[in-house]
Amino acid sequence: MAINTLSQLAVYSLVVGFIMTFVVITGFAYTTLLERKLLARLQHRVGPNRAGYIPIPTRGGKERKLLGGFMQPAADAVKLFFKEDMTPVMVDKWTYFLAPIITVIPAIFILAVIPWAGFVPYITPEGRDYFAIAPGINVGVLFILAITSISVYGVVLAGWSSNSKYAILGGIRASAQMISYELAMGLTVLVPVMLANSMDLGVIVEGQRGMWYLFLQPIAALVFWIAALAELQRAPFDLLEAEQELSAGFTVEYSSMRFGMFFLAEYMKMIIFCALFAVFFLGGYRGPFVDQVPALGFVYTALKVFLGLCVMIWIRASLPRFRYDQLMSFGWKVLLPISVVNFMIVAVMIVLVEEGVLGF
Amino acid sequence: MEGTPVQNDWYFILLFVVLSPILAAVPMLINYLLGPRKPNFIKQQTYECGVETVGDAWVQFKVQYYIYALVFVIFDIEAVFLFPVAAAYGQLPLFAIGAAVLFILLLADGLAYAWGRGVLEWV
Amino acid sequence: MTGEQFVFLAVSGLTIVAGILVVTLRNLFHAALAMMLSFLGVAGIYIMLGAGFLAAAQLLIYIGAISILIIFAIMLTRRMMQAQDTPFNSQAGAGLVTAVLSFILLVFVITRLWRNEIFDSPPEVPTAIMNQIVVQLGSDFVSPGAYVIPFIVASMLLLAALIGAVYVAWPQVEDEA
Repeated sequence: MAINTLSQLAVYSLVVGFIMTFVVITGFAYTTLLERKLLARLQHRVGPNRAGYIPIPTRGGKERKLLGGFMQPAADAVKLFFKEDMTPVMVDKWTYFLAPIITVIPAIFILAVIPWAGFVPYITPEGRDYFAIAPGINVGVLFILAITSISVYGVVLAGWSSNSKYAILGGIRASAQMISYELAMGLTVLVPVMLANSMDLGVIVEGQRGMWYLFLQPIAALVFWIAALAELQRAPFDLLEAEQELSAGFTVEYSSMRFGMFFLAEYMKMIIFCALFAVFFLGGYRGPFVDQVPALGFVYTALKVFLGLCVMIWIRASLPRFRYDQLMSFGWKVLLPISVVNFMIVAVMIVLVEEGVLGF
Repeated sequence: MEGTPVQNDWYFILLFVVLSPILAAVPMLINYLLGPRKPNFIKQQTYECGVETVGDAWVQFKVQYYIYALVFVIFDIEAVFLFPVAAAYGQLPLFAIGAAVLFILLLADGLAYAWGRGVLEWV
Repeated sequence: MTGEQFVFLAVSGLTIVAGILVVTLRNLFHAALAMMLSFLGVAGIYIMLGAGFLAAAQLLIYIGAISILIIFAIMLTRRMMQAQDTPFNSQAGAGLVTAVLSFILLVFVITRLWRNEIFDSPPEVPTAIMNQIVVQLGSDFVSPGAYVIPFIVASMLLLAALIGAVYVAWPQVEDEA
């Protein structure tokens, strides 16, 4: 695609940004459905199957229902739009209002640097190496970590401004949890950066041409995955939601679409972290025949994200929740030392390989 | 303003600074327009297990959260220092790699000290 | 007015307004949030200068870590959430003198140092260098010809800060028993 002037490039980025955001928001809607369906199947239930199905008449006169429940996300959204939006009198008005917005912003921001596909003719402007909204940021990995660290604010603000005991407990627990696991995540992400010699996500993907970093560095991949689950507050780290003790934690005072925004941010971040895991360890958009047909990159990214989401849901169905002291000591005494030691081992290994002591 | 591509892409991210709050606020606005509004005294109370709400929730928290945040700040700075080194890793001489490993060993020392002092025990 | 100037005015305006809010807001929690907003404006200025790494570091360290630390510190203090006393205290006079003196110093430095330079447009940096600038920084951090001594000293400083923070903030129950 020929793009010559800066303003054309700006319009292009804007359009791509909107499209990708809408794709991910649609993905969010269907991730909620996937989660409910898959959880139900894992627990021998049926899951939502009423809202929308394709009736197929069979010979016995009874009709078969295909794709039961595929309109469930739309029904949920409509319900949220028509719910009463209440604001408790005791809240701190401004911060209470801002918290859902501040929660969504980081989720949208990370989308900007994720490479969704390689250089695809006709839709990637010339001069860019891969398809992303703003690929020219040379500190992509650091940018992602920085934006992730900002997402703590949504939780802190929501918890504090609600002026409810459950909310503030959930909020402060969640923020301490997020910063603890952010350390392990930051030190683990150093490993792909070191292997690819770049902080550019596209270069990291291209660096996995021969072999996925998952196989080169299984420990780093595992630590990253666990830290991502903790960042997302997914099970088994969903202490801030802990329905039985905190009654949904920092979102307890939020209703209707404001709650919906927290929900949206959480699921968008699930998709984003699956995409990041794919980029760092699963070869991103790379797969068979992607060099011949670059558009396949979108398919591979989507497949890897889908796989990651299924694993997340599977983990939620399988593992019980941590206790808070266990959670903190696991983060600081297990994950952090492992990631520090792993970083040093990788550093030494790379030197040994380069010096020819170890042959690969 | 024909800057370098790096700068341009940062400007596109600045566009997102303006657009993403709008994207987040629009559903809430639609909800505000569509949803019913019938506030009453009981409904607007803070949730507290169905009993009357006692006081506000802005109370004192334990010091441990603060210490964790302190240790976090130190390690965060360390990670930021290590990122450019990791990005340059392929072209570094042996001496430089020794310096990087020394850097992280010094901080591992700090973690060991905090661990030994029992800071990492969550009581 | 070019687009760049407009963005600069918006970003610096955000920084200054947020900075004023930090010292005038009575609610400490709100003041901390305003400070985070001010840090955000500074990150924006770094981006405009083409210093992407510095901007990301600013986001990561100042907003993601130090502001969170301050918010935890506020949550730690009892009954400080709704401070009723005014933010102006008895040190206003001394503060004013310091502020005026630093302002004069800054004006002096800026006018003397860059008297002869013309800043109509930023110096052109080739794209190849711009893309490699972080890698250059990384290898400068650890090469003996450049900044390896400050790098290690920074590490020792961080270690000292960590030990000091733990020593001061952690109750020494077992030592005295």
